[in-house]
Amino acid sequence: MSLLIGVPRERFPGEKRVATVPEVVEKLIKQGFKVAVEAGAGDSAQISDDAYRAAGAEIVDDNARLWATSDIVFKVRAPDGDEVARLREGGTLVSFIWPAQNPELLQQLAARKATVLAMDSVPRISRAQKLDALSSMANIGGYRAVIEAAHEFGRFFTGSITAAGKVPPAKVFVIGAGVAGLAAIGAASGLGAIVRANDTRPEVADQIKSLGGEFVPVNYEEEGSGVGGYAKVMSEGFQKAQREVFAQQAKDVDIIITTALIPGKPAPKLITEDMVKSMRQGSVIVDMAAEQGGNCELTVPGEVVVRHGVTIIGYKDLPSRLAKQASTLYATNLFRLMEDMVKTKSIDGDVVNIDMKDEVLRGTTVIDKGEVTWPPPAPKLSAVPAVPAAKAVAMPPKPKGHGEPSGPMSATKTAVLFGVGALMFLLVGGFAPASFLAHFTVFILACFVGYMVVWNVTPALHTPLMSVTNAVSSIIAIGALVQIAPDLTKISADLSRPNEWIRWLAVGGIGLATINMFGGFAVTRRMLEMFRK
Amino acid sequence: MTSSLSTVSYIGATILFILCLGGLSNPETSRRGNLYGIIGMAIAVLATVFGPQVTAAGLPYIFAAMVVGAGVGLYAARIVKMTQMPELVALMHSLVGLAAMLVGYANFIDPAVSVGMTPAEQAIHEMEMYLGVLIGAVTFSGSVIAFGKLSARITGKPVLLPGRHLLNLAGLIAVIYFGYVFVNAHTVAEGMTPMIVMTVVALLFGIHMVMAIGGADMPVVVSMLNSYSGWAAAATGFMLSNDLLIVVGALVGSSGAILSYIMCRAMNRNFISVIAGGFGTGGGTAPAAAGAAQPAGEVNPILAPETAELLREAKNVIIVPGYGMAVAQAQHTVYEITKTLREKGINVRFGIHPVAGRMPGHMNVLLAEAKVPYDIVFEMDELNADFPATDVAMVIGANDIVNPAAQEDPTSPIAGMPVLEVWKAKTSIVMKRSMASGYAGVDNPLFYKDNNRMLFGDAKKMLDEVLVALKS
Repeated sequence: MSLLIGVPRERFPGEKRVATVPEVVEKLIKQGFKVAVEAGAGDSAQISDDAYRAAGAEIVDDNARLWATSDIVFKVRAPDGDEVARLREGGTLVSFIWPAQNPELLQQLAARKATVLAMDSVPRISRAQKLDALSSMANIGGYRAVIEAAHEFGRFFTGSITAAGKVPPAKVFVIGAGVAGLAAIGAASGLGAIVRANDTRPEVADQIKSLGGEFVPVNYEEEGSGVGGYAKVMSEGFQKAQREVFAQQAKDVDIIITTALIPGKPAPKLITEDMVKSMRQGSVIVDMAAEQGGNCELTVPGEVVVRHGVTIIGYKDLPSRLAKQASTLYATNLFRLMEDMVKTKSIDGDVVNIDMKDEVLRGTTVIDKGEVTWPPPAPKLSAVPAVPAAKAVAMPPKPKGHGEPSGPMSATKTAVLFGVGALMFLLVGGFAPASFLAHFTVFILACFVGYMVVWNVTPALHTPLMSVTNAVSSIIAIGALVQIAPDLTKISADLSRPNEWIRWLAVGGIGLATINMFGGFAVTRRMLEMFRK
Repeated sequence: MTSSLSTVSYIGATILFILCLGGLSNPETSRRGNLYGIIGMAIAVLATVFGPQVTAAGLPYIFAAMVVGAGVGLYAARIVKMTQMPELVALMHSLVGLAAMLVGYANFIDPAVSVGMTPAEQAIHEMEMYLGVLIGAVTFSGSVIAFGKLSARITGKPVLLPGRHLLNLAGLIAVIYFGYVFVNAHTVAEGMTPMIVMTVVALLFGIHMVMAIGGADMPVVVSMLNSYSGWAAAATGFMLSNDLLIVVGALVGSSGAILSYIMCRAMNRNFISVIAGGFGTGGGTAPAAAGAAQPAGEVNPILAPETAELLREAKNVIIVPGYGMAVAQAQHTVYEITKTLREKGINVRFGIHPVAGRMPGHMNVLLAEAKVPYDIVFEMDELNADFPATDVAMVIGANDIVNPAAQEDPTSPIAGMPVLEVWKAKTSIVMKRSMASGYAGVDNPLFYKDNNRMLFGDAKKMLDEVLVALKS
């Protein structure tokens, strides 16, 4: 197998990322690929051509030649018109495509008989997490959003009391706790800010808390989880309640970071002009949804503007602003995709032939040999289940032959059990003498007392329980004690009682039971002494 | 001491024993519980020794036997290591079994006991004797074998005779038949033969039963023998018409039975299949060997310094100890690591599977010995929901109890067994000597997961290295 992977320089203005990094080049070569990188591709991500060369990649000066010779092209941004024209007839392209927003691009690529894998269309199922480039980028974007906010914000994030006076901590409000929102929450609380966050999906409250944020709920009954772990459009009533919460937060916080996106729709306008006006001078809004029009009414996509004394950051290229990190993660995502393709024989020898039965590859492939295959059929599983509890209790069916000890017994089973019990009691009652029955009563009651008492024992103390019951069972010494020298005067002398035999047996019994008695209690005591808070 | 007084003392002792078991419901009250037990036992013994059933002639013998017994018992309790607790407990069960046998025999050869009994009473009494010796003998030989297995004097693997179920059945029939002969025998001499034959059969049955059980099922066996020793005492109580023995025997018997039940439930197996023996045999190994669930992929090995690095950077750590920790005597190092991490503000907790180790609660005792505070030691059910929010789950010498195949692969022999879901943590580290499979003989897909790291080596040695790296 010697397919050539070509990595051209990104031509989009301001795009600093690159689709592969030297470490990944090494891994790709180990997988059997050849790699060619356009000269200067990594410059803006602080990766030199020499580093690529050292990793085994060929450096190609001419962009057109690179496109023409490559079997598979790795890119970050969707290709522009020139690049589409340079793509080899029947070639393979892996990059962000955004097929919903770019239908013409899809048609142009299909006309080149290309096979196109869109990294933005990776299905959101657990198995595909390792190649989920959207998550990787969102993670970086969330982090960078906080850094940008800190840059524009005129104060410390963390509160402290210095000789020069008291510094209050910054308050950050994050809207939308997806991957980007969670990364922002983590980064902001890591810097020491007080972080609050809101999301329409109530199940993320725990994740917010786990990163040090506080969940701000909207008190309105509606479930916001859509398919594939995304949020859906909410009802009018909910939106009204939500706006009230946001308006309240706007007055209180210093920094708002918005990440609310609904797939395939313009970003919802959540921060109104009035809310911006109500914010303190010097506050910062980072609108991570700027690319889709922005969550704030005043956002200017791609720019930083100051409105009513509030700095509104509308960068569309947050991941690109952390170019080296973003490139490394994206390159790894692409490498995982290649791995999957080799594993499923979608790349076999020199042929690229996508296995459309594989759910992940099926979802990612938007054009298969010139045939548009987007949109894919709906994913089968949601990454975050709408009702998590339902999934948690789902256990694999128990095979026959293994016990099913838990759960109440069926009515018939109970009836049979009671029947057998009754029969046994009848038998005992019918034949046993009265003296036996008295002991039998005691015995049955004691079993029940034991049952009730022992269920209350904490599992941590099961070993001491065993050793103490073991010590207690040395009560059998009593049996030996009464045999050793009973009062024989009441018994007629003609009974030949083997006194010596009985005595020595009893002495043995007493000795053995006493070992247990003292040893058992002593060792239990020793163990219990060790249990401490 | 009059007869009434000694009866009242017995009632007092009974109450104290019940309070004793009740006290174990939490560690705070457990010490007092043990004290109640000691007082109860003292009252019971004194009331008997100075009661109407013992004459002064017996006192020297009693005194001598008890001094020797007490000396041996206290000595054993002092020198035993906490890792050897299962062995000690098994050994002590055997003593109760043997004592029950001796008492049964002594009662059998004593003609004085049956004086003035009606024929029905006599028949019942004979059955009680027969049963008492039977249970005692099974307890005795079974416990001795369990002791051998736990202390590695006998192989831990199941030893299976061909046609073992038939052998057991034949034994049972023989015991019933000789029981019939025994009850119909009129003199001691006539009854002796069936009694001795039954004892031998029962001893062999005990050996055979425990030999067939694998190491991982030992918690069930130990608690089952615990139960038997109680029933042996209860049977002796019936034989001697002594209510105290009956009550205490029943308490101990039901306690052991509940423990066995809890252990079986923790492995999702029924009692009969455990006792029938041979986990990981027959139907067990077939699917595993056939490769139906053979996990594929590579394991990611890791070294001690990297482990320390992972731990240091974590916020939430859950440690899952298993039998391997006990074998390597690593609990003290585990505690040192825990202490170091907690000083750094890392939330360290322990997750204990009900059947981790070789007896119920084995891990708890070891951790307690190493001074791990019991409020950071949790049961499986308390912790399982927390794994997704855990940064590092460290598995020390455990295998089957963290095997995802139990949930993911319905054909696995351990399917349906509740397990600690360590693979849901961000990173899991498994400390193991090699890639060998656990007692169940099932390969563990956990090892091949992307977020799992393997730290190969002796648990103690590796943990020492981790500790050094953590402190540097």
